Amino acid sequence: MDNIGASFKKLLQYPSAVAGLFVILLMVIVSIYTMITIPYPEAIRLWRGGEEVWYQNPKFAPPAWFNLFSDKKFSESFAVNSADGGMEKIVEPGNDGVTNYSITHEFDFTYDVYPQDMLLYVKSSFREKQPFVSVEWLTPDGRTIRISNFAVGEKFTYRFSQDDKLSLKLRADENIPALFSNPETDEILKGTYKLIITGTTFEPDSILDVEFVVHGQVYGLAGTDHARRDLTLPLLWGAPVALAFGLMAAIGTSVLTMIIAAVGTWYGKWVDQLVQRITEVNLVLPFFALMIMIGTFYSRSIWVILTATILLNIFTGAILAYRAIFLQVKESMYIEAAKAYGASNRRIIFMYLIPRMIPLLIPGLVQAVPLFVFLEASLAVVGLGDPVLPTWGKIIQDAQANGALYKGYYYWILEPAILLVITGLAFAFLGFVLDRIFNPRLREI
Amino acid sequence: MSAVSQTSPGEIVAKRSAAVNTFLRMARYIALRLLTLFTTVVIGVYLTILIANMGGYVDNILKGQIRDTITQTVANNPAYRNMDPNARKQLIDEQVALEEKRRGLDTPIAIRNVRHLVNALKLDLGRAINLTSDSGSKQVRLILLERLPATLLLMGTSQLFLFFSSVLIALNLSRNYGNFWDKLVIALSPTSAVPSWFYGIFLILIFAAGFRALPFGGMVDSPPPSNTFDYAVSVGKHLMLPGGALVISSFFLSVYNYRTFFLIYSSEDYVEMARAKGLHSKDIERRYILRPTLPNIITNFSLLIIGLWTGALFTETVFFWPGLGRTLFQAVGLYDTPIIVGSTIIYAYMLALTVFLLDFVYAAVDPRVRIGN
Repeated sequence: MDNIGASFKKLLQYPSAVAGLFVILLMVIVSIYTMITIPYPEAIRLWRGGEEVWYQNPKFAPPAWFNLFSDKKFSESFAVNSADGGMEKIVEPGNDGVTNYSITHEFDFTYDVYPQDMLLYVKSSFREKQPFVSVEWLTPDGRTIRISNFAVGEKFTYRFSQDDKLSLKLRADENIPALFSNPETDEILKGTYKLIITGTTFEPDSILDVEFVVHGQVYGLAGTDHARRDLTLPLLWGAPVALAFGLMAAIGTSVLTMIIAAVGTWYGKWVDQLVQRITEVNLVLPFFALMIMIGTFYSRSIWVILTATILLNIFTGAILAYRAIFLQVKESMYIEAAKAYGASNRRIIFMYLIPRMIPLLIPGLVQAVPLFVFLEASLAVVGLGDPVLPTWGKIIQDAQANGALYKGYYYWILEPAILLVITGLAFAFLGFVLDRIFNPRLREI
Repeated sequence: MSAVSQTSPGEIVAKRSAAVNTFLRMARYIALRLLTLFTTVVIGVYLTILIANMGGYVDNILKGQIRDTITQTVANNPAYRNMDPNARKQLIDEQVALEEKRRGLDTPIAIRNVRHLVNALKLDLGRAINLTSDSGSKQVRLILLERLPATLLLMGTSQLFLFFSSVLIALNLSRNYGNFWDKLVIALSPTSAVPSWFYGIFLILIFAAGFRALPFGGMVDSPPPSNTFDYAVSVGKHLMLPGGALVISSFFLSVYNYRTFFLIYSSEDYVEMARAKGLHSKDIERRYILRPTLPNIITNFSLLIIGLWTGALFTETVFFWPGLGRTLFQAVGLYDTPIIVGSTIIYAYMLALTVFLLDFVYAAVDPRVRIGN
């Protein structure tokens, strides 16, 4: 125990190790937080959800904090609903079961770039006679534009950008810019806009509710992707997945490699020969190509990939390095003593040989973590990521598939990429320092 | 000249026989390595087929091929032209069953796998389902061999550049170790944990999307320049980013490793001795430090290349480099099983070839192999 304490003290002398530890700790906290606040089934439901889950979000929108660094302010997204009091709703009962609704929403528009789209989701309940709705738009310079009138079914969606009649009325090619600009100068008009929806229901127990959704040019903390999904979800969930995959694969391969090396050297003869021959064969097995084959033919589940990764990474160069050291340890006096008092083979391997190698195991294990974290991302990038899980690699794959680099959606690739690099480098730097501490020969040079 | 005139005939004979001896020893070593590597490749390819054929995928490749050929022959045979479609279908089924029996597809899986192994070793990899080669062939072998030069170009240039630049820089650092650059390289060596395609994305962002200085991807401008010089320049330009990504991803780690080797060897007694004798520092470096470390460095380098070989697959994909890796990626998208199995086998061959080449270099520089121990 003293030894570990001393090593830890030494570790704290290296700023890169401290930074690495800090990042790893942060990742662990974020992972735990994520798994508690967005439980697994909920995360999967959201990640696999289509328009019905994400209709409120714009497509391809960078994060909202882009505005802090940009001279041009991009319009932000929002959604308000009259059902939960987000929009002002006045209900006036009239004669013969007729009810008049006045639903309004006022909002400030102070941006330099038009929103992507605006939508109205109207919900109503009725037996025979459909409610009727008319929509008006009040601009800051006092103009009133009649947008549209329509009878609504149980569910009705009105898209401002797709209404050709409105285009004719506005004499514009595109409705959204026309609604937000001064018709004389064609310049964007900042100020307070007001949406007025007047509705009439014709039955006593009819209900009318409206949700007004503005798809801006920026969204939330992390932006959105091609399927309107909020990227904070896969960015958050990517942390536990990456950590779990990296750690499990690293522990699995390192421990198994060590045990097999120990068994091989201890028994010697054909066991040792077999281990060496398998290592040679494994050297010419194209690892990534095999993983791709397994992913395409059998399963892309993260567990299958994890198992295959571990199996293919046991017999690597590391086994030869361990073997060389085990051969030395095998000749030491204390092993001789153990043999003399009649210790069993298993006891010698697990109680005497392997514990001697722990100092070598730990740095190697920590250094292996980033390799596996990136492996998961690499497989995801060629389309072989787990089909269900939201991960960092999946974001990069989606971004690549949608040409994010060419179309300038840099945030889409950079966010997961930076998280991957930070996580990977944290382990790499920590492992590097551990290596220097546990292998003093390296420390001097 | 004078040295030759002074040696006696006996010494010349002795020298010649020593040379012959060395040659024989080298030849024996190479032959032995070739044999073991070939065995290794056979086992490796067999394992690949075993994994692929656990779901019957290799069998299906062959079955699909048989059905294709027979349907074609029957359709082209005038004698069957006026046949009832059902009868013709039955005829095809019968012939397919017969041909499958002839090709041994009804034998136990172990025997079938051995047969597939022999085919794979002969590079008889079957026909692709969707992909075609640029010359229009559907032969997996032709498709893959057509893409191989692109991969070799990318890997060859980047690996050679990586090797020579990192050895030179490592020598330089070991000479003034502890200075700023040395510390920088040590500090940056963990960055090699990041794979090359990842650096590729950043390079594309900076140089292609940002500065618009270099192309986003591909291997040559479209349309390709007609004159050879312009063509080479265009390929060179396209090579810069993917090659750069491959080099950056292993540069700091390999410099760090080599430098450590050099430092370990430069503290040996015989180096001290040479210094004490007052030998020129360039000579000491070349003959007393570089020479004995070379086998270590080559082993280290070969492990690095082997790691990079299939890793370049992702780099090719990110850069649309028309090599093996990108083909494999396309095959995954189209579920083109013959290509997937075929590329895995070609990769196994390439890896073995790399190991062999490096063994050869190893044998040439390691006196224990050359002179015998």
